[in-house]
Amino acid sequence: MALDARAASRWLRLASWLAFGFLYLPVAVLVIFSFSASRYSMVWSGFTLQWYAALADNARVLSALMNSLIVAGGAMLISAVLGTAAALGLRRARFSGRGVLAALFYAPVVIPEIVLAIGLLMFFVLVMPVPLGLPSITLAHSVFGVAYVTIVVSARLEGFDAQLEEAAADLGATPWRVFLRVTLPLIWPGVLGGALLAFTLSFDDFVISYFVTGPGTATLPLVIYSMVKRGVTPEINALATLILLVSFAILALSIWLQGRNITAGEKV
Amino acid sequence: MSGHGSKPGTRAVGVLVPPAAWLTLLFLGPLGVIALISLMMPGAPVEWTIDGSAYQRLLDPIYLGVLWRSLSLAVMATVLCLVLGYPLAYYIARRPPRFRRVLFFLVLVPLWTNSLVLIYGWMVMLRPNGAFDQLLQGLGFGGGEPLTILYTPAAVILGLVYWYLPFMVYPLYASIEKLDFRLLEAARDLGAGGLAVLVRVLLPLTLPGIATGCLLVFVEALGAFVVPDLLGGAKSMMLGNLVQQRFLSVPQDWPMGAAAAMLMLALLLVGMLWASRVGGLRRGA
Repeated sequence: MALDARAASRWLRLASWLAFGFLYLPVAVLVIFSFSASRYSMVWSGFTLQWYAALADNARVLSALMNSLIVAGGAMLISAVLGTAAALGLRRARFSGRGVLAALFYAPVVIPEIVLAIGLLMFFVLVMPVPLGLPSITLAHSVFGVAYVTIVVSARLEGFDAQLEEAAADLGATPWRVFLRVTLPLIWPGVLGGALLAFTLSFDDFVISYFVTGPGTATLPLVIYSMVKRGVTPEINALATLILLVSFAILALSIWLQGRNITAGEKV
Repeated sequence: MSGHGSKPGTRAVGVLVPPAAWLTLLFLGPLGVIALISLMMPGAPVEWTIDGSAYQRLLDPIYLGVLWRSLSLAVMATVLCLVLGYPLAYYIARRPPRFRRVLFFLVLVPLWTNSLVLIYGWMVMLRPNGAFDQLLQGLGFGGGEPLTILYTPAAVILGLVYWYLPFMVYPLYASIEKLDFRLLEAARDLGAGGLAVLVRVLLPLTLPGIATGCLLVFVEALGAFVVPDLLGGAKSMMLGNLVQQRFLSVPQDWPMGAAAAMLMLALLLVGMLWASRVGGLRRGA
């Protein structure tokens, strides 16, 4: 069975575009039918914006949106500060427990979400009395947020020239001043990129919010879940389209920031 | 005050304290609580006496059934992700650098946007008289009967493959991108056919990526909660759903749910050891 190289590459291209099609099929369906006038079936029956208009009047969706923004904003701030500190510390750390510590910062990314979710709920109920609702969801989201920011900023620091910091310190700058005037200007795209990632991950999180929320508090994904469970309304399509659009934009910005060259185009 | 004379390690320790303390409290703390609960006697919802019976009850036929279903669905999802993800990762890795970044971004987007919403997209497509059904009927398949994929294990596998495909592509891509492609040409020049190049050269060289990808997909799929909840029927319960029910639905049985969660962690650890061994073997060879 001698596949020649040309045929192999044709198969490869076909398989890849099929995989992309698979990934984006549900996106296409949601977007297209958010503009369809038909209420009950998947039949296209004319263009409409009525589902988007209905969303703007839906008080439950709007208050959930507000909740999601508060939670994602809070989790983003905590994650950005602590994750950046972790990445800076791990870069300099030379002590023996460094590997274990690094594992602690990466572990929240690998662990099955549901284990973390139920663990946090039990922790908030039995050990640390945090009110279940926006405070508990924000704290819970900061756990994976810190991990993601640590990873993103660490990647940014790989090309970092530590001599710049040493030079500034030799010239008499205090450590805090070195951080503000030298380190931060060099790594801020990584910090911002990581922060934006933490924001979207929090904004889109369902599993952890589902477990640690309290009665009467819903974020946007929780509202979507209950809409999906109850049955079909084309409003979900419109809501899904908007969420995908916003997530896509923030992620594109985040990736673009992370990819910016560490030396070029930035004033120190 | 200058950092010149001070040991670099000491300042690092200071910076690390707040984030390490944060995760010790909010990550290790919750895991510790779960470990503790898993050892307790069942009660309503828990009796604070250590006895370890929850682990024994994991061997009950009902729970073994759930475990078996979770394992087999997760294995199938992992294999399908590998089959679908490998050509994709390879294709992306061989594009010019600029396209590579865009294509890679397009793979990661579904992972980082709202997966719940995307699973809803699949529900819309798979339901009877949904988009798939109409397409099949329009093409003359299906014999006029409504489609019955939704709420079956097949739908769960499809959803798992969809949700976790980026987890597979990411490490595969990282592994393939580092490859010296001249090795493939050399093998071909020496007379190896396409299949031999794939099996004897390409796959062994990218084994660390394959191992990591399989581990990630398998572990995440094993703990899946949303996909079986939305796409699966009553008979598609997986470990994640078991954990949720034992903690949140009546009759509650926290030790049972906690033991199931600990089982997931144990499988994660075993998988990580396996992946690091597979990754390490290659380096040793």
